[in-house]
Amino acid sequence: MSTGLELKDVSISFGGLKAVTDLNFSISPGELVGLIGPNGAGKTTVFNLITGVYTPTSGRISFNGDSVSSRKPEGITRMGIARTFQNIRLFPSLSVLDNVRAAMVMHLKHGILHSLTRGPAFLKEEGSVEDEAMDLLDIFGLKDACHANAKSLNYGDQRRLEIVRALATRPKLLLLDEPAAGMNPSEKDDLMKLIRFIKDRYNLAVLLVEHDMKVVMGICERIAVLEYGRKIAEGTPKEIQSHPKVIEAYLGAAAVVG
Amino acid sequence: MKRYTTQIVLLVVVLLSLGISVLSGKFDAYYMDIALNVGINIILAVSLNLVNGHTGQFSLGHAAFMAVGAYGASIFTLEMSARLMPMLGGPGVFATGFAFLLALLVGGLCAAVCGWLVGMPSLRLRGDYLAIVTLGFNEIVRVILQNTSGDGVFGGPLGLKGIPPLTTFFWVFAIAAICVYVVGSMVSSTYGRGFPAVRDDEIAAGSMGINTVRYKVTAFVVGSFFAGLSGGLYAHLRTTISPEGFNFLKSFDVVVIVILGGMGSTAGVIIAAIVLTVLNEFLRDFEQYRMLVFSILLIVMMIVRPQGLLPSFPILNRKKSA
Amino acid sequence: MDQFLQQLLNGLFQGSIYALIALGYTMVYGVLRFINFAHGDVFMLGAFTALGLHKLMGPTLASLPWPVSLLIVLLVSMTLCAALGIIIERLAYRPLRDRPRLNVLITAIGVSLFIEYSAQLLFGATQRPFPDLIPRTAIANAGGLTISVAQVIVLVTTLALLAGLRIVVMKTKMGLAMRALSLNPTASTLMGVNNSVVISFTFGLGSALAAAGGILYASLYPSIEPFMGIQPGLKAFVAAVLGGIGNIPGAALGGLIIGVTETLVKGYGQELGIPSGYSEGVAFVLLILILVFKPSGILGRVEREKV
Repeated sequence: MSTGLELKDVSISFGGLKAVTDLNFSISPGELVGLIGPNGAGKTTVFNLITGVYTPTSGRISFNGDSVSSRKPEGITRMGIARTFQNIRLFPSLSVLDNVRAAMVMHLKHGILHSLTRGPAFLKEEGSVEDEAMDLLDIFGLKDACHANAKSLNYGDQRRLEIVRALATRPKLLLLDEPAAGMNPSEKDDLMKLIRFIKDRYNLAVLLVEHDMKVVMGICERIAVLEYGRKIAEGTPKEIQSHPKVIEAYLGAAAVVG
Repeated sequence: MKRYTTQIVLLVVVLLSLGISVLSGKFDAYYMDIALNVGINIILAVSLNLVNGHTGQFSLGHAAFMAVGAYGASIFTLEMSARLMPMLGGPGVFATGFAFLLALLVGGLCAAVCGWLVGMPSLRLRGDYLAIVTLGFNEIVRVILQNTSGDGVFGGPLGLKGIPPLTTFFWVFAIAAICVYVVGSMVSSTYGRGFPAVRDDEIAAGSMGINTVRYKVTAFVVGSFFAGLSGGLYAHLRTTISPEGFNFLKSFDVVVIVILGGMGSTAGVIIAAIVLTVLNEFLRDFEQYRMLVFSILLIVMMIVRPQGLLPSFPILNRKKSA
Repeated sequence: MDQFLQQLLNGLFQGSIYALIALGYTMVYGVLRFINFAHGDVFMLGAFTALGLHKLMGPTLASLPWPVSLLIVLLVSMTLCAALGIIIERLAYRPLRDRPRLNVLITAIGVSLFIEYSAQLLFGATQRPFPDLIPRTAIANAGGLTISVAQVIVLVTTLALLAGLRIVVMKTKMGLAMRALSLNPTASTLMGVNNSVVISFTFGLGSALAAAGGILYASLYPSIEPFMGIQPGLKAFVAAVLGGIGNIPGAALGGLIIGVTETLVKGYGQELGIPSGYSEGVAFVLLILILVFKPSGILGRVEREKV
């Protein structure tokens, strides 16, 4: 019985194009893993496979022993896998707080009929949801903006809100798709600290797709490298930095030869 | 006490409408009639707003659900009421009222079932396709009703007549108040945040563990239920109904109210329902210009102010955190 | 058997008109990804401009051989309606080009209602007789089938217009630009395509076809009124979805399928216990079935949202 996330011989093709080929890859509970690769290597496709947006053409994805590949995205989130999106996908018409509240729906003890009573139990649950949401927003410095419209936030705050929203689903595995994109160096430093902080505080496994090597090398315990949908290397940041195949993928064959 | 403000307001509105109902003889019948139309349109618009506005599932078939409710309730009244009366202790205010309530519920439930039937296959469809499918459903309902036998319970193309005029101010506004309460409470709760989440970004909503299918179906079923109730009220107000009265132009009427009021804004939609219904009444002599004005309003609104004429604000205040 | 063939033929004639209207829906959808609800109303205006033209220059038209006067009426109406389509796009749809699709759909409903009620104001709500632009004589066939001249002309005109459209889209520069815009609007701009001109052209072309459809329809059912475009318009839209929206041969195929199914239900439904009146609902039942089982339509391709 395996624990954590496991991808076994996972492939997907769109039309004739193989976007991911025979990918084997796993993340143990509490591990912080980086997924890197040149543009178009299939990193986001891997995210979409894990979160059920795409179904693999072949292979098996499991989480804590349960199959992921047959479930819909919401079912996978209920298993404890949450994600952020590379091209930010907040709920633009909702407030910052409501974006987080929306992500807590699946943890409510009562259904929609409960809201019609507006009785003590309902009000109590509403209160505790709001407290939990505010706590999360506080960690990411978004508490003061909680009533602002989500789309009115600046780019960095929108990325942070995406992480808060994903955390609100109480995941065991958090997938971050380029969380540092568009942030300045000091924001990136803060983000690295925050990722470590939430990982420890919520006992999370984290899979990080990121282009900024400083961020990836700075916080990941292990890194996998994709090129043309295949895994070409896997190891500690140190091993990856000196791996000839990785250098070739990023800089071209000439860099290795010359 | 303060935390139950909403329930108290609901109760006050219901009692108030009962009071007005009892005194209805003292009011001008013409204005009472307009008021009843206003109430029915509030129910229609607020329930459609749940589907089109809050959940973003653009339906063009609301009149079909109204038709199902109208026919369901009328047939129940015409076929069953007489038989029920002895069981309820003979004709009296209570028995008549109870039988009417049953009729309305039958109509509402029939409409809700239809909402579920339409909602299920339509869930996979994006906005504009859904609009056409619901419009198609509207046409199918009309065609089916029109092709029923003239001697049967559905009355064929001429529809039903001689429906007892049971709809009073009380029934209309009590149901309107309940409709606003139900939709408002649902949408403003944490659970209800799923509705606008589905509207804003379905993929993100799914990734946040929100069961998008359940939300869409819930919106359709609840929306259709109230449309069905309004149909029953309408039938027992006008005393005659025909399939042609529920064609898709009737659906467009409700859509216009929702759009002018602001999709997703309950208060805006209520105000729009009041203003447009009253306006309709005064423009009755200019019937041919009425739709012309509305159509121009629709076009200009979409270009200038697509969010509706009023700013959006929640009608039911949420509890602030401690 | 003869009767069956007759029904089949009637269905084909009916369907070829749906096909003409469906082409306009499909082209606009292909290029702009939205449903031009007002398309069925341009169809209605096509019939009314023909009627107006006939009123204005009836004696002149009558003095010409009927194919020539038919051609004149067709061309003038198509040109007028093309201009109208371009104006509609410019005034109502262009300001919304980057807005949510739902807003555009609502605007289209507004435009549709606007045209219908303006027409009602201008022409009155009553049914008006449509002049016989095509002789209403029947060509009796040896096989016992009856086909009228009008029906033959409808079919021939439709085929000619279809072929013409195919040439425009596949062989001309403008057609190439339309296809490019349909695939990727941003990229087509970068390649030097003037998207606004292409969109105007698409609307013009679609509206011209709708106008032709209106005139042919009115020639088969010679009584016209301001709301006559709603039902054929909706059915043509269903035809476009059935064939795979955005796909030109698909729209033609969809139109024929709906025309034939409708006629068959009208002719034979009774034997299966389906009242002939249900034929009006056939298109919508087909629509729901196709969307549930193959939402991309018969010849359409699946579109995938990028995440």
